[in-house]
Amino acid sequence: MITVTVNGQRHDIDADPNMPLLWAIRDILGLTGTKYGCGAAQCGACTIHLNGESIRSCCTKLSRAAGQQIVTIEGLSANNNHPLQLAWNEMNVPQCGYCQSGQLMSAAVLLRENPNPTDQDIDDAMSGNICRCGTYQRIRAAIHRAADLAKEGAKS
Amino acid sequence: MKKLIFLSIILAITSVVALSFKTEPARKKNNMIGMKDSVGSVKAFMAVYKVLMSPRCMNCHPAGDQPLQGDDSHIHTMNVKRGVDGHGVYSMRCSNCHQAENDPGVHLPPGNPKWALPPPTMRMVFQGRTPRQLAIQLLDPKQNGGRTKAQILDHITNDGLVGWAWHPGEGRTLPPMTRAALVTQTRLWIAKGAYVPSAKVK
Repeated sequence: MITVTVNGQRHDIDADPNMPLLWAIRDILGLTGTKYGCGAAQCGACTIHLNGESIRSCCTKLSRAAGQQIVTIEGLSANNNHPLQLAWNEMNVPQCGYCQSGQLMSAAVLLRENPNPTDQDIDDAMSGNICRCGTYQRIRAAIHRAADLAKEGAKS
Repeated sequence: MKKLIFLSIILAITSVVALSFKTEPARKKNNMIGMKDSVGSVKAFMAVYKVLMSPRCMNCHPAGDQPLQGDDSHIHTMNVKRGVDGHGVYSMRCSNCHQAENDPGVHLPPGNPKWALPPPTMRMVFQGRTPRQLAIQLLDPKQNGGRTKAQILDHITNDGLVGWAWHPGEGRTLPPMTRAALVTQTRLWIAKGAYVPSAKVK
């Protein structure tokens, strides 16, 4: 039995410790917002937060999460009101949407560590997340917009 | 009588010559430890150099601020960066993909608990270094992480991330000699005087 805390809730998972964490999140806990893309840590679709770091859950064993704090796209905010989610919505970022939960989870780490990212900072942070629809320009614009929203929110 | 004296002299000379041959190698062996030998030292270093310049070692000692990948040492896909601590930047930290052990399968991320580049304050570049440049760098505490020669040998002998090079996971070639052989050559290089190859050696 492996105990993990996902989006603030404690779960005891009876599964092989070598199971990919993504499998446990999707198939056992039913949190399907995180996507399977490549299975090789190449595309970023499966990005979640492990103790605040944006790990690739397809290549991370369940055992690594034992006793740790996991946040998935479902737990990024209480009411889908994280500045990134607001900006994503405002700027119609997704096209097919498949990669977007991973994009958001990576962008969240960027904004947490750098509230005023430059285009270069965004490229450096987001280059591990691939979008086959090619929404990169909107992703970059929305991250800038989210940074502004976060500052406005801090003032009010 | 004369014949007996002559034979005794011949026997004495033969014995002295024979003994001198016998003792020479023993004397050499005893003096080997700590004996400086620039040719032997450089020869040992060149064996070390071949290992350090192999992809398994050099890929994480790049000239730029991006790690290298593969046996052709291409720049790491995804535009991975060194970062302020050698562990990447923002959502592109090494341990976000690289686990404490290799993921099984070809082209899957290799892993080690210490997976990282050297930090920007101590870059320890291997890529592009000539044998002379690399030897000078390895011997300079200001460029080698503050290590003494004994600590360099210990690093090569015992460091876990160095040891990964001989357990790199599927599809990755090994360094050109075993770790034990590398340790032997490093020890010889240092014991014979830690000589630096001339600029002509390539």
